[in-house]
Amino acid sequence: MYRKEKSIQIKSSASALYSNLSVLPIPEKSLTYFTVVHGNVLNMVSASGDGLNFSHRQLQSKEGSITASSSLIMQASWCVLPSRVLLVLTSQKGIQMYESDGSIMVYWHALDIPETPSAQAVFARGIAAARGNFICVGTSSGSLLVFDVPSKGTNITLSEVLEEHREPITDIASEVSSNKEYIADLVSTDDSGLLCVWKAGEDFKLLNKIPAYGCTCSSVMLWTGIVVAGYSSGQIRLYDALSGVMYAEVNAHARWIYALDIASDSGKLLSGAEDSLVRIWKLSKSTETNTAEIEHLHTECVTDIQICGAKFCDGEGSAFAVTGYDLSEIIRYTQI
Amino acid sequence: MSMRTLPLLFINLGGEMLYILDQRLRAQNIPGDKAKKVMNDIITTMFNKKFMEELFKPQELYSKKALRTVFDRLAHASIMRLNQASMDKLYDLMTMAFKYQVLLCPRPKDILLVSFNHMDAIKEFIRDSPSILNQVDETFRQLIEIYSCLPAGEFQLIRQTLLIFFQDMHIRVSIFLKDKVQNSNGRFVLPTSGPVPCGTEIPGLIRIFNCNGEELKRTEFPSGGHYTSSLREGSFDLYGDRVIKLGTNMYSVSRPVETHMSGTSKNSASHTKENASPNPLAKEELNLLARLLGGLDIKKPVDVDPGFRVNLFATDEEEQEAAVLRPPELSYQVINIQATQDQQTNDMLARIMGEFKEDGQASQSMLSKGDDLLAMMDGLE
Repeated sequence: MYRKEKSIQIKSSASALYSNLSVLPIPEKSLTYFTVVHGNVLNMVSASGDGLNFSHRQLQSKEGSITASSSLIMQASWCVLPSRVLLVLTSQKGIQMYESDGSIMVYWHALDIPETPSAQAVFARGIAAARGNFICVGTSSGSLLVFDVPSKGTNITLSEVLEEHREPITDIASEVSSNKEYIADLVSTDDSGLLCVWKAGEDFKLLNKIPAYGCTCSSVMLWTGIVVAGYSSGQIRLYDALSGVMYAEVNAHARWIYALDIASDSGKLLSGAEDSLVRIWKLSKSTETNTAEIEHLHTECVTDIQICGAKFCDGEGSAFAVTGYDLSEIIRYTQI
Repeated sequence: MSMRTLPLLFINLGGEMLYILDQRLRAQNIPGDKAKKVMNDIITTMFNKKFMEELFKPQELYSKKALRTVFDRLAHASIMRLNQASMDKLYDLMTMAFKYQVLLCPRPKDILLVSFNHMDAIKEFIRDSPSILNQVDETFRQLIEIYSCLPAGEFQLIRQTLLIFFQDMHIRVSIFLKDKVQNSNGRFVLPTSGPVPCGTEIPGLIRIFNCNGEELKRTEFPSGGHYTSSLREGSFDLYGDRVIKLGTNMYSVSRPVETHMSGTSKNSASHTKENASPNPLAKEELNLLARLLGGLDIKKPVDVDPGFRVNLFATDEEEQEAAVLRPPELSYQVINIQATQDQQTNDMLARIMGEFKEDGQASQSMLSKGDDLLAMMDGLE
């Protein structure tokens, strides 16, 4: 089904962090950008379409807009908005937003850090663009920060803070399908496994809360109104975003799931976990029975590597990329 | 990241250190009473009340350099001496062992069971000394109190913090290579078989439901591995069967332990960068370290017993060769603590710095004295 391609070497190895790979295809330039977090550094590599040319760049976590920091980066992700693309980094100190090629920092938001260190760690984690020029970022206190992003320039403002979660946010995802009929725009999840479904707007509206079942939800996606959640138990569950009904339960992995991705055009799902396995699934909806289904398509084993990032490289899902802890390369697969 | 990582890192690394020292003391036929004194002294120092108090304060993880210095002091908290090469090897073994244990833990929470395995073994070493046993039990209770009820997500954060600390370390350890848990490229073997963790189902089943929660159908898919049901959960109490074997003594069968330095150069680029980059926090780290060691009662070797040297290698020649052959990028660059002119206003720190300087000098002269005595003893045999 898929075959392994030549890997892309990165300047330093991937850290063990959830969703530690972000991919930005730039079809008009026949380029694909990748980012992988290593400690306090973000490795960026742009690969040409023919797979022959690579250029590298490294971004460091910052404290304020200038000072380089040793604070660890938790996550990095491109946010594709209608009029621009921003690269967002979350760290123990705050949130940095750059132009998509990482050349200029356009915004810095500092987290509230207590004077004396408390037992509770402080960090930002979970990044997603939401309909209508918003970028949402989660924090370790459970807050969701909503930033309003103008179509150009640096006048980004914190528009709202959503306090629904009580545990550190693990992941946030926005509706992947471009079809406007889906009411739910965003889903967020935390250490407890609680899932919150939102409608984006000047005031974000909480549409639904899907209760936890006892396991941490480390990764979440939203596709055609279906919430896809990956858990610490290795299970993947499908829920209806608005009603919370569970469509499917999959005993998908033998270890904690670290990454999920969906190819919006085909409904293919990608899951990566600590068990060294990457699996491809097919999601489908049945309108007569009002159910959603999931079937297994393919499994790849990345021998002796704990997966920490997995992303499709295009909307169809004909190619995907994978990163692993301590691995200094991005492994790529393409459909045969 | 997690502010609760340091105690677990210290206790587990300390536990591994004790396993290795215990094995070397026996391999070198050090007399029973001397060996016991070494183990007792180190354990007493490790679990010193003030030291533990400082350790358990919520804080960021120490850098590799800072932690190495702590263990240098700990290893020398008794009449035993270690040359640089042996200390380097000891630290390599300790860190690779714990890295292996953290990676192979089925669930992040199992790192606590690994810590308990180390604690259980430490208690065995000093079971004849009730006062030290008391100290260790105190710490054990503190571990249980602080960590037992942490949620899984927090344990994963602790695990991720530890993995960042161990990142890019691929030193090959012969005992791991022999047991086939490490590959020749230095990476640990992650099996896709065996029992699944507690709370996880064996992969392979898909269940589809209707909107009323009734199961409509089941399908299976190939799991790609050979998994079996999970074992029962280990005990998180003061006493109990931990079930997990990670963290138990793998050196109990006396086998020479070698580390291979070559083959790690692939990742040495990033490693070098970490060691060579100037550390603007170095001074601050020294202060924190000095504070941490504030409660330490460093045994002056000018005691009744003359010092003796423990070798982590099979022969003295091997030890000397290892010192020469060690690649520069793998040197630990231990911080030498010297009294600085601009002392902190903190009185306690200044006093500690002063005490430390004295000790530092004392142990330096003791080192050569110990060697002379050893030479004398050898001559007498």
